[in-house]
Amino acid sequence: MSKESSPLWEVFVRARRGLSHTHVGSLHAPDAELALRNARDLYTRRQEGVSIWVVPASAITASSPDEKDAFFDPAADKVYRHPTFYEVPDGVAHL
Amino acid sequence: MYGNDFAPPEDGPGGGLLGEVEAAEAALREAAARARRGGPDPDEDLEAYFADVIDADQKIEPRDWMPEAYRKGLIRQIAQHAHSEIIGMQPEGNWISRAPSLKRKAILLAKVQDEAGHGLYLYAAAETLGVSRDELVELLLDGRQKYSSIFNYPTLTWADVGAIGWLVDGAAIVNQVPLCRCSYGPYARAMIRVCKEESFHQRQGYEILHTLAHGTPEQKAMAQDAVNRWWYPSLAMFGPPDGDSTHSSQSMAWKIKRFSNDELRQRFVDMCVQQAEILGLTIPDPDLRWNDDRQSYDYTQPDYDELMRVIKGDGPCNRERMAHRRRAHSDGAWVREAAAAYAAKQSNKEKVAA
Repeated sequence: MSKESSPLWEVFVRARRGLSHTHVGSLHAPDAELALRNARDLYTRRQEGVSIWVVPASAITASSPDEKDAFFDPAADKVYRHPTFYEVPDGVAHL
Repeated sequence: MYGNDFAPPEDGPGGGLLGEVEAAEAALREAAARARRGGPDPDEDLEAYFADVIDADQKIEPRDWMPEAYRKGLIRQIAQHAHSEIIGMQPEGNWISRAPSLKRKAILLAKVQDEAGHGLYLYAAAETLGVSRDELVELLLDGRQKYSSIFNYPTLTWADVGAIGWLVDGAAIVNQVPLCRCSYGPYARAMIRVCKEESFHQRQGYEILHTLAHGTPEQKAMAQDAVNRWWYPSLAMFGPPDGDSTHSSQSMAWKIKRFSNDELRQRFVDMCVQQAEILGLTIPDPDLRWNDDRQSYDYTQPDYDELMRVIKGDGPCNRERMAHRRRAHSDGAWVREAAAAYAAKQSNKEKVAA
């Protein structure tokens, strides 16, 4: 019996034309082609998708929740990026 | 394709529950929308942060800090649930080739394929907690992790397939709908998917029994016999009574479980009574009667000693189920090896070409 298991793949499905691919789960498969076929059988049995991406889980680099504050802080002090920051004089249209 | 050939009675079985699944899904989106913050402050106590997220009805996600007992308990519960789906393919798989028409065969095949899918969604959710698929498969094959005791009962007639769909899948849905609101994100999301698909299973079982119960006297007797045999084991699926349940209170505090075993069992009994009336079949409990004070049915408890015996390995089919699973796993080894060898060869070719 082979001890080494197939690699893990993360699966992303585009539900309908016009929507972006969304992560739906993961599965094991020996290669990309089988991962794609398994993903079709596993995640789109009821026409949940029109397009599938499979990505080796090992190829994903994720930010860590522990360093979240330091990592996302730079975005927190730039309120002027939001349109609500600006005062609009009364009577201005199309702004 | 075969979904709409039967009009269930008003509010059909599972109809209300499907609404609850949708409500849970909406609540999940809503909780995400009112996200307070993404992670703990640098000097914040991680345990306090975890408790805070749970209190706020937000989801714990894979890379968050969590108490070791929360992680371990979830792995145990999700894995046991996944194993149940995989072993649960056997009692019904037994009838695929003998289902009475091509249509029934195709439906049953689709249903058993769904069970495999549910097992895989759940294994994937368990893996986000840091356990590997191989470990989980081994734990099942070695008998160190359990699966639901209900699948250790045999499917003797075609009517059993109906009774499994109506009662076993029905009990599973009552158990599982609250899990759609579980505090662990990947488990909650997997359960939403599972529950939506389960309601097809429950209706297909109900339809089989409805057809038999309105057929010849022999067919009706067969349906009644199946209900007689599956009723108490289905009640036992909710686990031991609240006083004896070992994992319950901590699970409730962590919002993994939302209702006690006895509360869910009562809800299931209350649902089934009216559904049985429409089938024209009798629930095999002479003491089943409406209690006006409690606004619920009084009923006879299942035999919990029997439940314990079956869990410990002494049910009618425990050995057969495990032997079959082990054989299927070892018979499939050459397929896994061939696929791995092919993948290795292809990736070597790519390296040479590059």
